[in-house]
Amino acid sequence: MEQQTFLADKIRTQEYFLNMGPQHPATHGVMRMVLKLDGEIIRNIDPVLGYIHRSIEKMCEHDNYKQIIHLTDRLDYLSAHMNNEAVALLVEKASGIEVSDRIKVIRTMMSELTRIASHTLWWGVMGMDTGALTTFMYAFRDRELINDIMEETCGARLTMNYSVIGGVRYDLHENFVKRVKDFIVHFKKKLPEYDRLLSDNVIFRKRTEGIGYITKEEAIAFGLNGPTGRASGFACDIRKLKPYSAYDRVEFQEVMATEGDAFARYKVRILEMWESLRILEQLVDQIPEGEHRVKTKAVIKLPVGEYLQRVETARGDFGVYVISDGGSSPYRLKFRSPGFANLHGLNKMSIGYKIADLIVNFSTIDVVVPDMDR
Amino acid sequence: MSYIGDIINGSKTLLTGMSITGNYFFKNLFTRKDVITQLYPDNMNELKMFDRFKGEVIMFHDENNQHKCDACTNCEIICPNGSIEIVWERVADPETGKNKKVLLNHIYHLEMCTMCGLCIEVCPADAIGWGQDFHHVTRDRADLTKVLNKPGSSIMPGVKEKK
Repeated sequence: MEQQTFLADKIRTQEYFLNMGPQHPATHGVMRMVLKLDGEIIRNIDPVLGYIHRSIEKMCEHDNYKQIIHLTDRLDYLSAHMNNEAVALLVEKASGIEVSDRIKVIRTMMSELTRIASHTLWWGVMGMDTGALTTFMYAFRDRELINDIMEETCGARLTMNYSVIGGVRYDLHENFVKRVKDFIVHFKKKLPEYDRLLSDNVIFRKRTEGIGYITKEEAIAFGLNGPTGRASGFACDIRKLKPYSAYDRVEFQEVMATEGDAFARYKVRILEMWESLRILEQLVDQIPEGEHRVKTKAVIKLPVGEYLQRVETARGDFGVYVISDGGSSPYRLKFRSPGFANLHGLNKMSIGYKIADLIVNFSTIDVVVPDMDR
Repeated sequence: MSYIGDIINGSKTLLTGMSITGNYFFKNLFTRKDVITQLYPDNMNELKMFDRFKGEVIMFHDENNQHKCDACTNCEIICPNGSIEIVWERVADPETGKNKKVLLNHIYHLEMCTMCGLCIEVCPADAIGWGQDFHHVTRDRADLTKVLNKPGSSIMPGVKEKK
């Protein structure tokens, strides 16, 4: 019997390469990915960095410790306060500066406000990436309230530059407590709305559930951290592991999920906003009295040695590593950025899925390109 | 059955989302109660920035066109990216006859400034501070290089020279 041949069998498929970015609207900045595709199925992803490289680490070697802080705003600009705090904590730890409880509480509150602002923005952009335009507007509406709090107290909306060595730059504004309380009331009403609008949407569920799966072992092997790692069941919250500032005196839960897919990463971030609200609620009524800034020397010199300070930013474990030769500026400074580590997992998450799923995965690891590419 | 169930479930979630957006749409159709968007160029006259807003660095002058800057150059030294240049000269004081630093031009490059605020913090006389103006758009980059001390200004009497 003559063997029947189909047209599809005769057509030979071939793997090909496709450039995504650097100016692609879904790549959240200037990020280029070379995709190896078989039809529409992803075989390999090769991220190409360097389009927004500003050599911040090298610039830090020429600046003194006070001047470094404003550069860290420009790394992960959505968690600017936590980055400032990391450098400030490192220098305080290394040079033995004791800060008061008031400073610790102010820093913690600002960090949590920044985290909520960052996660709201991520939620809006996540909706945009999956095709829902409304979320972007609603997220920016709620984020605006935090921006107002920041602007009133810190003087800037995004690159706050608020934490300085030995405290915070200005004392809290008199409206701060009232505004934070108003925000908590407002945001508690809006968060369930987020769920109704996007989390329960059947299209969104189908776009995210079972997509971009990564196991706990792989997450640890690739060094995933922050909400991305916690969605795979990897307990990596620095606020719990190595508490800094006032995190040891507040009660909050480390949000975890075990599914490891895109929806788990989404879920972890939404629940983290609830936990941040919980921390704010505990602290807003009990801000201790005291000075907002400790007097420090004009030129701060760290003793010879190596220092490391880790903080939990909105994206994960941000580390500052300094080698000091005893001078007023570091001999070598390294930023361990969470975004760069999370990017390594992207390849594992996306192989075998379609390009549209890559956009979802890319969005759920919450990329900020200046954070990866310093 | 699950096919029809999916359709019903899908429409339900769609209607849930649309009820939220529709609610906001009709609630704010005639009043701007929940709207936080500012109609920026229209509200330019009544728009007031927060007191601590970092718009630009300015030098304070009093009604006699006098400032407090004694050209100690602390701000020039601390600036991380060289946005401040201070031009000064030594002039003999008519009373004591000693040579004294006198500020000629406090040149501020707004185009390079990152608003880190170190210059304002380090100023011993509080001669400079934050200005709330944010209308910095120009066609020429050179327009952003400013001289902070006003023409013909002089130092306020009583400001001590820093050693």
